[in-house]
Amino acid sequence: MEVRRPTIEDWDNPGDLVTINIGPSHPAMHGTLRVIAQTDGETIVSAEPEIGYLHRGVEKLGEHLTYHQFIPITDRLNYCSAIANNVSYEMAVEKLMGIKVPEKAQVIRMIMMELARIADHIVCIGILGVDLGAFTPFFYLFIQREEIYEIFEWYNGARLTNTFGRIGGVEADLPEDFEERWRKLLPNLKKAIDETDKLLTHNRIWMDRTIGVTAFSPEDALSWGFTGPCLRACGVKRDLRKDEPYCFYDQVDFEIPVGKHGDVFDRYIVRMIEMEESIKIIDQAIKIYKEFPPDAPLMAKVPKIIKPPVGEVYSAIEAPNGELGFWIKSDGSDKPYRIKIRPPCYMVYQAFPELVQGEMIADLIACLSSLNIIAGELDR
Amino acid sequence: MGLKEDVQNTLGELALDFLECQGDLSVTVPKDKIVEVLTKLRDNLGFNFLSDVFGVDNSVFYEKLAKAKAKKKKGEEDKEEEPKGPPPPRFEVVYLLLSLETNKRLAVKIQVPEDDLVVDSVTCLWKAADWPERETFDMFGIRFKGHHNLKRLLMWDEFPAHPLRKDYPLEGQGEERILEYND
Repeated sequence: MEVRRPTIEDWDNPGDLVTINIGPSHPAMHGTLRVIAQTDGETIVSAEPEIGYLHRGVEKLGEHLTYHQFIPITDRLNYCSAIANNVSYEMAVEKLMGIKVPEKAQVIRMIMMELARIADHIVCIGILGVDLGAFTPFFYLFIQREEIYEIFEWYNGARLTNTFGRIGGVEADLPEDFEERWRKLLPNLKKAIDETDKLLTHNRIWMDRTIGVTAFSPEDALSWGFTGPCLRACGVKRDLRKDEPYCFYDQVDFEIPVGKHGDVFDRYIVRMIEMEESIKIIDQAIKIYKEFPPDAPLMAKVPKIIKPPVGEVYSAIEAPNGELGFWIKSDGSDKPYRIKIRPPCYMVYQAFPELVQGEMIADLIACLSSLNIIAGELDR
Repeated sequence: MGLKEDVQNTLGELALDFLECQGDLSVTVPKDKIVEVLTKLRDNLGFNFLSDVFGVDNSVFYEKLAKAKAKKKKGEEDKEEEPKGPPPPRFEVVYLLLSLETNKRLAVKIQVPEDDLVVDSVTCLWKAADWPERETFDMFGIRFKGHHNLKRLLMWDEFPAHPLRKDYPLEGQGEERILEYND
């Protein structure tokens, strides 16, 4: 069924439309996002996002820092799952230099990345609930997110900006009682996801507010460059963990959830199932991890000053939001010549005018939360 | 048959230069044929997903290469300087393509000289090129012909420079945004 959305030509007198400015500082806009919407009553005729309020020139900074110095900068991209950014960048540099990372370090990276994915999805779902008036799941989930951050903090001392890993491996082994901690966290995490599911999924109000809202076709989504949960919600089975496996993802067993309509509800469900799949992955990864001897190497042989040969590579991983890629050009010196970051939500957010056209203003907020736009990653 | 041969066969003379680095293939094509090339790659080779579009300022890169070359020569013997050709184009625009069926990636590059900063927009092929092209315009000043809304994306509209060019200083030039309010 084709949905025809009203456009600006459908109004006899465009002067009757009201222009509403939302953001850049607004409690319902996540971070510093701004949307200028033309409305007819409650209906959005056109919406134009304006970005750049959190532009810090990360790519320019990268050209003036050494390869190792840039790792903490990548924390500040998607600050909800900094570990995924770190690993993505490190993998790009390792690819550029042809370094093979020790297997044990790869497993540790995988475990940490999946923990970060759960934390990221928790933020997305929790905030989506808050924006739609369901406040309770937020607390249920955020308590568990806090526990995950405790694990991060306990691993390397930082909660949000982890600066995880080094070029060529990871800095430290997992602490001895990591599994114990995970086993302690697991039942509570499962329970929180379960309770959120019970509170939201079949809730009449929730369904009314999310089902069919800002539905998107798979063709449109691919043309707009969607990746990650937003693309999978549209019904395209694409996940870099399966399609271009890195680390140990080809040796663990997990499913890729796929939606059908690409609406807010599907994006929510895809994220909910992905959290459960991530738990499965971590359980299997810990099994793989335990096969390695305690003194197995964690770092590949990396020169002290990193000077990759002249060349250019692109390397991408499946970050919680989608394909997070780094394109690095080296001129043979100790600083990258050019770093280009391909943030997943940048591509998703540019389709925003098409997504919300013809919807209500309240749905604009719901759509924005469900896309999980992170300003740090969007503006770089 | 490898990807390089496939691309060579599909593009024929349009493929000017190949670069392979750690398994990543990139191909340089003529600037004014970019829409034709990308259409061919999309329809014949299945590169149906546009990952990203961005610019690169190669001015310093060429300088460094020339310096390294000169150093090497000095070490060997003092030869007469080779006649210099026209300097290579300063900018490069890179299109990262992906095939969703085969999961292969390809980078398509065009060289953009400083005196002709106009490139055809590929928003007619992929809507995904919308913001990346705007950002390339913002950061490098490369204009995309046929783009429906080519204005600055990350910097504000009155910003006087293009910050990712190599001659723009890291600390900025003291630009300030002054907002004027109408009563």
